[in-house]
Amino acid sequence: MSSNDATQKILIVALGVCLVCSVLVATAAVSLRARQERNKELDKVKNILQAGDLPTRGVDVLEVFREQVRTVVVDLENGESLTPEQYPKGFNPETFQIKEAADSRVWGRAIPAEKDIIHVQRMPRYMTVYEIIHDGRIVKLILPIYGKGLWSTLYGFIALGENLSTVKGITFYEHGETPGLGGEVDNPGWKASWKGKEAFAADGRLALEVIKGKVDTREPGAVHQIDGLSGSTLTTRGLDAIIKFWLSEAGYGRFLNSLKERVPHEG
Amino acid sequence: MKVKKLLFDPLFNNNPIGLQVLGICSALAVTSKMETAFVMALSVTLVIAFSNTAVSLVRNHVASSIRILVEMTIIASLVIIADQIIKAYAFDISKQLSVYVGLIITNCIVLGRAEAFALKNPPIPSFLDGIGNGLGYSFVLLVVAFIRELFGAGKLFGYQILPVYTEGGWYVPNGLFVLAPSAFFLIGFFIWIVRTFKPEQVEED
Repeated sequence: MSSNDATQKILIVALGVCLVCSVLVATAAVSLRARQERNKELDKVKNILQAGDLPTRGVDVLEVFREQVRTVVVDLENGESLTPEQYPKGFNPETFQIKEAADSRVWGRAIPAEKDIIHVQRMPRYMTVYEIIHDGRIVKLILPIYGKGLWSTLYGFIALGENLSTVKGITFYEHGETPGLGGEVDNPGWKASWKGKEAFAADGRLALEVIKGKVDTREPGAVHQIDGLSGSTLTTRGLDAIIKFWLSEAGYGRFLNSLKERVPHEG
Repeated sequence: MKVKKLLFDPLFNNNPIGLQVLGICSALAVTSKMETAFVMALSVTLVIAFSNTAVSLVRNHVASSIRILVEMTIIASLVIIADQIIKAYAFDISKQLSVYVGLIITNCIVLGRAEAFALKNPPIPSFLDGIGNGLGYSFVLLVVAFIRELFGAGKLFGYQILPVYTEGGWYVPNGLFVLAPSAFFLIGFFIWIVRTFKPEQVEED
């Protein structure tokens, strides 16, 4: 078929194939985008609700989110929460993405190496946190957290109760840890073991830790300890670092302190 | 008879993984759960079938100097479309499959069938050949995933079959099965079994 080898024919065939393929790909991408964006938003909202122990099955999650959850933007450097008028120019909490913000030169900053126990190098300057409102009071505070495990960066949320110390839930919405080992961060039983633990000791010191092995419930410190994941020392260590980083001065420490001062909590 | 041969030969007689040893990479990566393996198997089957059909349709008009480029363009487009559809309609699974859907482009079975079959045959047999090879791939993937999920997590399609000791049952999951090397062993056993019953597949030294 020598006619096929003519330059003109080759160009026409190549262009034709590219044209048909690009039309198909573009049609698929454009027509499915709305649905994909909605999936992403639903997924995020669902994870926030799950961390806050709100129902996600059989309800309109977006509606639950709108009614019961308030988004708050926090300046991590000084711990101030910002009102919408105080948002830095160009900041939109609805489209806020941790990864993008951390990598951006405007919205992110480098973590000093000696403080970078979560091994991620960069973090956002501002974070969106979520308050669950019930009868006009904040009953739960949901904080985004992330950090390196063994293979991957784990992204999730931790929920604290009214006293800003009792853990109300934890969930990871993105990670690539070994299924069955480190991947057990998704295990409902293990996640439930976080509930009721105290993040801070009576003297205000950050005491929550993920230990290697099982927690001995007879020990007085057990209320601050979480079982490690068996068979995955490095994921467990990563989780411990994530907690220590985000609940300390490096993460939300200043914000939590300013909240505690604002709402004096009785005994 | 010919249809039957095209569809079912690749299951045992000429299995793309078992005999041709193609597409091993994804077979290791997505088989820790039935659910992901199933979606992956379905995507690969459809991609091979349609890429075979498309390549076969243009086969008489493509100069051999650009045929690989044309095949790759067709395959890549189909894979992107598959990826978009999964992201839109099976979001949770798409998160688990992550990059592996995109990597169907590099799955040797797809290009292999385009080169070996679709370039020389009319569209309908090419389509059937694609489905057949997809089924051959799917079969191995699902068998491996079945064994890995059952013994690695005590589950099938995410439902608990063997009660695990961490949740008060008796079964201690075998951690090896959730790791990629176990898929290697299982595929090795599969090849061994097939070649025991079909000695003509054994390669001469």
